[in-house]
Amino acid sequence: MTAGTFEAAAPAALTPNAGGAEVASGGRLRWGFTDAVTVTWRNLVAYTRIPDAIFFSSIQPIMFVLLFRYVFGGAIQIPGTTYVNYLIAGVYVQTVMFGCVSTSVGLADDLHKGLIERFRALPMARSAVLAGRTTADALRNVLVLVIITAVGYLVGFRVQTNFGLFLCGLLLVLFFAYALGWAFAIIGLSASNSESAQLAAFPLLFPLTFASSAFVTTASMPGWLQAFAKNQPVSQVVDACRQLMLGNSPTHVWTPNSIWISLLWAVGILAVFAPLAVWRYRKVS
Amino acid sequence: MPAEWAVEADGLVKVFRGKREVRALDGVDLRVKPGTVLGLLGPNGAGKTTAVRILSTILSPDGGRGAVLGHDVVREADTVRRLIGLAGQYATVDENLTGRENIRMVGRLTHLPKKLVMERADQLLAQFDLTEAGNRPLKTYSGGMRRRLDLAAALVGRPPVLFLDEPTTGLDPQSRQGLWAVIEELVRAGTTVLLTTQYLEEADRLADRIVVIDHGRVIAEGTPADLKADLGTTVISVTFVDPDAARSAAGRLQSLGTKEPVLDGSTVDLTVEEGPKVAAEVLRTLDQAGVTVAGLALREPSLDDVFLSLTGHRAEVDEDQEGEDDGKVPAGAGAGANGKAGSGRAGKGSR
Repeated sequence: MTAGTFEAAAPAALTPNAGGAEVASGGRLRWGFTDAVTVTWRNLVAYTRIPDAIFFSSIQPIMFVLLFRYVFGGAIQIPGTTYVNYLIAGVYVQTVMFGCVSTSVGLADDLHKGLIERFRALPMARSAVLAGRTTADALRNVLVLVIITAVGYLVGFRVQTNFGLFLCGLLLVLFFAYALGWAFAIIGLSASNSESAQLAAFPLLFPLTFASSAFVTTASMPGWLQAFAKNQPVSQVVDACRQLMLGNSPTHVWTPNSIWISLLWAVGILAVFAPLAVWRYRKVS
Repeated sequence: MPAEWAVEADGLVKVFRGKREVRALDGVDLRVKPGTVLGLLGPNGAGKTTAVRILSTILSPDGGRGAVLGHDVVREADTVRRLIGLAGQYATVDENLTGRENIRMVGRLTHLPKKLVMERADQLLAQFDLTEAGNRPLKTYSGGMRRRLDLAAALVGRPPVLFLDEPTTGLDPQSRQGLWAVIEELVRAGTTVLLTTQYLEEADRLADRIVVIDHGRVIAEGTPADLKADLGTTVISVTFVDPDAARSAAGRLQSLGTKEPVLDGSTVDLTVEEGPKVAAEVLRTLDQAGVTVAGLALREPSLDDVFLSLTGHRAEVDEDQEGEDDGKVPAGAGAGANGKAGSGRAGKGSR
């Protein structure tokens, strides 16, 4: 390393400007958007620099598809459809939900490594750190959903409706995960480090993901659990996804109503947790 | 209308409420003239970082007011953010991005036009001797390189006011010299700098004026020359065989120093004007009195001496308060707060 060999002449880069004279023009809204794009870009670049993280986060959903398809699949009977068709919507939702942990961990990391401190001294939009994180995670989810679909097709998953409705199903899953990401952002901003952010996020995820219709029908659960499992948002999103990809269930294992109910859940979660997360972000120091 | 002060603080108060209440700042006043360097000197936990965080809009004060070039740091925070650059002890740069990407990110978030950001990133990398490393992820950088990159990123908007929070803490002497040279370059070009440091040597080299703070209060203020004149220029440190001998010797040496001799175990510290001359006299005096001298050393006044002389206590690190004040210490932050490399004089607890 050759510290201390700085060039002698003071070039333009070291000369201070009169103050903000060079700043490009633009309103609050425009900067809110471009700042979020900048932070999203930064998060995506960071993902590509940790290729093993991408590798392992893709392995996990593949394992879920294969394990459930071949290990549990034989033992679980879904009236009116094959288990693999039933399963894929569950893996979509389960995977993006677990992906929310990286929203918490990423923010906790940025906070405790001092990066957010630097951001707070910049004239950037206050919402950009959160919007950039949740958007980057949503884009990563796109990749994950494509992988699950590909593996699903290899093991027998077939869309029963049409491509347009199938895409709507994927978009619904992405939107739900995006909304939920804002809730998990609050965990990241509240945890004392990235490890505890991860520990705090999982206990929330397990009951929501597994006490749902993601992998089995809620009818097989005891009555008290059914009440929760049937009505909680994850079941609604999974069932909505099935409705869109598989069409009407001949035995009413899922119903078309789930589409509207899950959309309402996602909008509601976003409306409540996005402002809370921004509020929390302003408070942390 | 040009502001009279580049940076101004009036009675800043900040209270952290944790396990116990800590008044990190207890009414701090600061004034920095445009184009000059103010050195904010103090031990860990004195409130230096807290003051910088308030003035750079990261933290809001519980009392008092701060302004940068006439703009209030709370009410006009966005204006202030366009006028300042901030670089810190814990280089707050993104590990996974390359050096060039880091500078570009900060430039974009400062709302500079894209083309200008590209140009500026290249210029800054060249200026900071990082052109070759510019396309490598930061993970591969040394501590000194990170610090330089952090400063380069802070300069991307060519801010007229620069806050440097312990810019050289934990750096090796060569990297430190390099950073000092750049800071001097910036000041020559007209930048106003508020610099916090634990090192008298650093403040002496860079600062036009020094403010010494301890426990959230300003305890001294002046030019480096003023402060050193107050201190005397040299400290003679005499070590004896036991504390009793030291105690009796301290009485005999009283008349030779500019201040009361300071007794610390079996060592006596004497502040004097002309070191070598008085040292000979010290030895003569002790010899005549028949006191055995185990060791004698001459040294320039250190921050310890400044503190001792101003407050009567050593510049101790209050662990709790340090945690509150300096906040997060990321793993791998190099040698850490106390790791003054090289020819350190202010080494805390070294005696």
